[in-house]
Amino acid sequence: MARFAPGDIRASEITPEAAYLNRRSFLRAVGLLAANAAFPRLAAAKGAFDTTEAPTPFEDITHYNNFYEFGTDKTDPAKRAQSLKTRPWAVTIDGECKKPKTWDIDALIKRNPPEERIYRLRCVEAWSMVIPWTGFPLGPVLAKAEPTAKAKYVAFTTLHDPEQMPGQKTGVLPWPYVEGLRMDEAMHPLAFLVTGLYGKPLPNQDGAPLRLAVPWKYGFKSIKSIVRITLVEKQPPTTWNIANPGEYGFYSNVNPTVDHRRWSQARERRIGELFKRPTLLFNGYAKEVAGLYKGMDLRVNY
Amino acid sequence: MCLVPLLRLVWAGLHAGLGVNPVEFVEHNTGAWALNFFCITLAVRPLVQTTGWSWWMRRRRMLGLFVTFYATLHFLTYLLLDMELRMGEFFRDVNRRPYIFVGFAALVLLVPLTVTSNDWMIRRLKVWWGRIHWLVYPAAILGVVHFYWLLKKDKSEALLYGGVLALLLGYRVIAYLRTRLRAPLPLDADA
Repeated sequence: MARFAPGDIRASEITPEAAYLNRRSFLRAVGLLAANAAFPRLAAAKGAFDTTEAPTPFEDITHYNNFYEFGTDKTDPAKRAQSLKTRPWAVTIDGECKKPKTWDIDALIKRNPPEERIYRLRCVEAWSMVIPWTGFPLGPVLAKAEPTAKAKYVAFTTLHDPEQMPGQKTGVLPWPYVEGLRMDEAMHPLAFLVTGLYGKPLPNQDGAPLRLAVPWKYGFKSIKSIVRITLVEKQPPTTWNIANPGEYGFYSNVNPTVDHRRWSQARERRIGELFKRPTLLFNGYAKEVAGLYKGMDLRVNY
Repeated sequence: MCLVPLLRLVWAGLHAGLGVNPVEFVEHNTGAWALNFFCITLAVRPLVQTTGWSWWMRRRRMLGLFVTFYATLHFLTYLLLDMELRMGEFFRDVNRRPYIFVGFAALVLLVPLTVTSNDWMIRRLKVWWGRIHWLVYPAAILGVVHFYWLLKKDKSEALLYGGVLALLLGYRVIAYLRTRLRAPLPLDADA
C-alpha cells in the first residue's frame, strides 16, 4: 500500500514509527488537517473519522458477506469470490463533468494516497461491524473530474460479468448492481472509496478492488467492485430499491425510528457480541451528516 | 436420534462452528429443524399407507413432540437473545410484525397439540383428539409462512418447505376427496 506520494503529502502526514503505533489518534488530527485544506467550508466538521469501538476481527469481516453476485448465503462470497479478477481493473468517471476519465485502478490509487479509517457498518438486516478500511475520500476524486452545474447526483455501477460473478446468472437481483448518492452526500468527507482492509488489499468477497463506504447509511449502499462512477442530473436507480421499493429507499439512512416494513430497526447485533445494542441515528454519525437532511422527512425519504 | 440436531448445535457452539453470527445461526437451525420435524411427522401417514410399514406410526408421537422441542428452542433463543426478555417489546412486535405474529401463532397452536399428546389424554378425548390434532395443519402452514416472510430476497428455502408441505397436505386432500367420491349417493325416494 503506497503510504508516500511525492509532493502530495504534507509533512504532518508522514508517519514516524512511534506515531504509527498510535496512528488512530494521530489520524484523527491529520484527518481534520486534511479536511481543512481540501474543504475549508467543512473545516468546522468536528467528527473524527475513526470510531474508538473495537474493530471486528478480519476473519468475520471476510466470511460474513452479502454479495449476491457470488450467492445469497453469507458464507458464499468467501468461497466463490476467488474467481473475480481484480487486475487489470478500470474505473470510469464520467457523466456531467468536464474531465471524464477512465482510470486504471492502480493509477487511481497512486493519485490518491490511501489513509486508514475505522468505520461502523450497519446492515439493513440489523447486524453491524466495525471495519478498518483503507482508501481515500470520494469528494476529491469527483472534484478532479470537474462536475458541471448539472451534476446533482452520483451513480455507481458494479462489474457485470456472470462468468466471474456466477450469482449474476440468477435473477435474485437485477444486474449490474447500481447505487447512488446525492451530490452533497458524495462530497461529504465521510464518503470513502475503499481499496484495502486492515492495511491489506481488499479481499474479493468484500468488494475488491474498489468499493464505497458510506457509514451513515445501510450497508447495501456501500456498493462493491465499482467499475463506473457517473455524475447525473436526475436521481439514479438503486438496485435494492428496484428489487423492493417498499422496503429499500434511495436514502436508506440508518434510522432506529424508521422501521423496515417487516422488522424493527431499533436494535442491531454487533458481530462478536451476544446481545443486541440500540441502533443510533445515522449509525452514530449524526453530528457529521444530520445537516445534509435538514428539513427532510426521513420517514418519507427512507 | 432426534436429539442429534441439538447435539450438533451444542458441539458446534463449543467448537466455534456457529459462524460469524451465532445467534442468527442457532435461530435458523432450530427453526429449520422444527419445520423438518413437521414434514417428517406429516410424512408418516402417507408412508405408512403406501408401504404398509407401521413402525413409523408408532414413532409419530415422538416425532411430533420434537417439532415442539425445536420450536421452543427457536422461540427461547429469540426471546432471550433478540428480545432479551423485554416482554413489552415482544408483544409489540407480535402485533406489528406479521412474520413474528404468524410464528408466535404457530407456536401457540403447538400447545394444545403437545398437551394432548399423552396416552391419558388420547383415551379421555376419544374423537376430540383427532379434531384437536387437526391443528397440526395450520400450525405447519404458519411455520412456513413465518419463514417465507422473514427472508430478505432469496425465498428458495422457504419455497422448498412450502412445496414439501403442499405435497404432504395434498396427499390428505386427495385421500379425503376419494373417500367422498366413493360414498354411495343417497337413494332417491321412489321417483
